[in-house]
Amino acid sequence: MRIKSLLLAAVALATAATPAMAHRQWLLPSATIFSGTDAWVTVDGAASNDLFFPDHQPLRLDGVKAWAPDGTEAKIENGATGRHRSMFDVKLDKPGTWKIGTAQESVSGTFKVDGVEWRVGGRRGPPPPPGAPAQPNSVAGIADVPANATDLQITQSASRNEIYVTTGEPTDTIFQPTNKGLEMVPVTHPSELVADEPARFKFLVDGKPAANLKISVLPGGKRYRDDDGLIEVVTGADGVAQVNWSQAGMFWLNTTYSDDKPTIPRATARRLSFTTTLEVMAP
Amino acid sequence: MKKTSLLIAGLAAAPASASTISITIPRLDVAEYHRPYVAAWLEPAAGGDARTLAVWYDVKKGGAEPGTKWLHDLRSWWRKGGRSLKLPADGVSGATRAPGTHKVALPADLKAGQYTLYVEAARETGGREIISIPLTVPAKAAAASGKTELGAITISR
Repeated sequence: MRIKSLLLAAVALATAATPAMAHRQWLLPSATIFSGTDAWVTVDGAASNDLFFPDHQPLRLDGVKAWAPDGTEAKIENGATGRHRSMFDVKLDKPGTWKIGTAQESVSGTFKVDGVEWRVGGRRGPPPPPGAPAQPNSVAGIADVPANATDLQITQSASRNEIYVTTGEPTDTIFQPTNKGLEMVPVTHPSELVADEPARFKFLVDGKPAANLKISVLPGGKRYRDDDGLIEVVTGADGVAQVNWSQAGMFWLNTTYSDDKPTIPRATARRLSFTTTLEVMAP
Repeated sequence: MKKTSLLIAGLAAAPASASTISITIPRLDVAEYHRPYVAAWLEPAAGGDARTLAVWYDVKKGGAEPGTKWLHDLRSWWRKGGRSLKLPADGVSGATRAPGTHKVALPADLKAGQYTLYVEAARETGGREIISIPLTVPAKAAAASGKTELGAITISR
């Protein structure tokens, strides 16, 4: 009985510490295809239930980065955070396809010292006010887990949330995988998406094709229809999933992957997630 | 304006026997009218690269918002070849046209065969329309008509 309740508690904690499950994190570019010589993309970022309506929490801007088509890091400009939504601009001053987004890593879980349960990583929510007493039986990071700890149930989490925008001709340099964690390599370029043409995307875990991965694709604008419009597809042995678009517009794509192959010492499980927003043009 | 377009058509036309395409831009009774951006291009019926015949846009507008900023609104043309075209392109790009019928000469070096002619129009604060017509080289007469942003499109030998 005791073991069972502890297990349940561990599961509950692990779940709570991962990025907001119910609230979807999203990035919404003003457009994904640009022409001319002075293109700027302006991006909204938030976490909310319905896409792409900001009504819950703004995106934290400190983790947002941008990469120019040649792979060099570019500047995030005019960042601002409101009650429900953050925004920022990127000047697209080089032709080709740009990548903009966040890559977050965290560790959470439990362990025991002398039979007493301890927690790694904080709960979600606002940070405690300065001077607040440290939470009892809690350590900040995996490095603080004492050597004599037992019953380690520690999950390494890594989530990517990226968008791709193109000015002029599309390029592929920024899709070069790092072969670390969960990544998407497009077969159909994200700047070539048309409502009446199926699109294919390849998913990799540590650089290897991720088979049987469930991909969720959701169109924005749920307020203007009854159905949530969810499209679910599964990757094949080659890691490739095909999406048949239901309409033109902005779509949120998300997938998660779990295994017991964490890449940091003393972690016991790994949870990876990948999110992007894709713009599908009318034919 | 008409004089200019006649002049351009005259310059672009190669031999006397060259075929031409006529593109009609309809006169629209709307509160805010801007001349449409228009692109015309050919795609080989068997597949292959698109060849732009004409693109009419705000060639002269510079500054922070140059005329090229809205070229992607011709979304099919932009994807099929516009984005790889260096603009302005000789004999291809030109200023936006007023309502009326405008002629575009088929290039003299076009290889005989089957093509599809596409004409796409996108109007600021307005709509967008695309029309396609099968086109044979040497050209045979053919015609199609748009409903909103484009009028009659005819191919004459």
